[in-house]
Amino acid sequence: MSSLDATFAALADPTRRAILARLAKGEATVNELTEPFEMTQPAISQHLKVLEEAGLIVRRVDGAKRPRRLAKAGIDAMDQWLGMLRKALEKNYDRLDEVLAAMEPNKNKKGEKL
Amino acid sequence: MSQLTMSKLTMKTEGDTHIVVTRHFAAPPEAVYRAHTDPKLIQKWLLGPEGWTMPVCINEARPGGRFRYEWKNGKGHGFHITGEYLELDPHSRIVHVERMFLPDPTPDNHVETRFDADGTGTLMTMRMTLPDSQTRAMMLKTGMEHGMEASYVRLEGML
Repeated sequence: MSSLDATFAALADPTRRAILARLAKGEATVNELTEPFEMTQPAISQHLKVLEEAGLIVRRVDGAKRPRRLAKAGIDAMDQWLGMLRKALEKNYDRLDEVLAAMEPNKNKKGEKL
Repeated sequence: MSQLTMSKLTMKTEGDTHIVVTRHFAAPPEAVYRAHTDPKLIQKWLLGPEGWTMPVCINEARPGGRFRYEWKNGKGHGFHITGEYLELDPHSRIVHVERMFLPDPTPDNHVETRFDADGTGTLMTMRMTLPDSQTRAMMLKTGMEHGMEASYVRLEGML
């Protein structure tokens, strides 16, 4: 549905996560990506297609080769989503600090240390 | 003393299904616990990003009790969470399950929140457990885990 859903769906598969982990170390060809897995090249290519459509990886043309690398946009989407969650939590707890301070009016009113 | 306390939030993944959040508060566990279970107090802080309010806050803080939080942003957007309390140990521990409706329900998030005395304040530790039996939970968890790994990878690249 949304591109973020496609991203999550793409990441739900362990082989695709392993491919991403490999690509996090640098660009790799389909052959290089197939090597560590007990899978056929077409099967790996299918996984690469899902990752590509989710915007997580991109391909480059290098003669007959089509090396893949991580796409910044896909990784950024993940970071952004996580950052939003973290920001929402930080905001909540900053507000909670104020709520807690208001729950101890005596301490605040006199400004005394405990 | 309170000026020296760290209030920084930490957030990390643990194992395959957990997310652990910690935060220090300058108030004792009794107060932090109450702020997590009293609807009038919850409505003041559990609001997420700027601009959102919680017009509906139903909270039955007892084992088996239910809660329902509804948020609105004043621009026609809104969503809600429902949940059930499994265990409550005043003022040290809360265990509950919750799910968001967006509008379809997300898989249940199992949450244990601990309030431990830390100096004159409280160290809160919130441990979320996402089920791996459901596809959407799988997506969420792996998405989050990978997002974190990717951040670390990028950070390493920058250092």
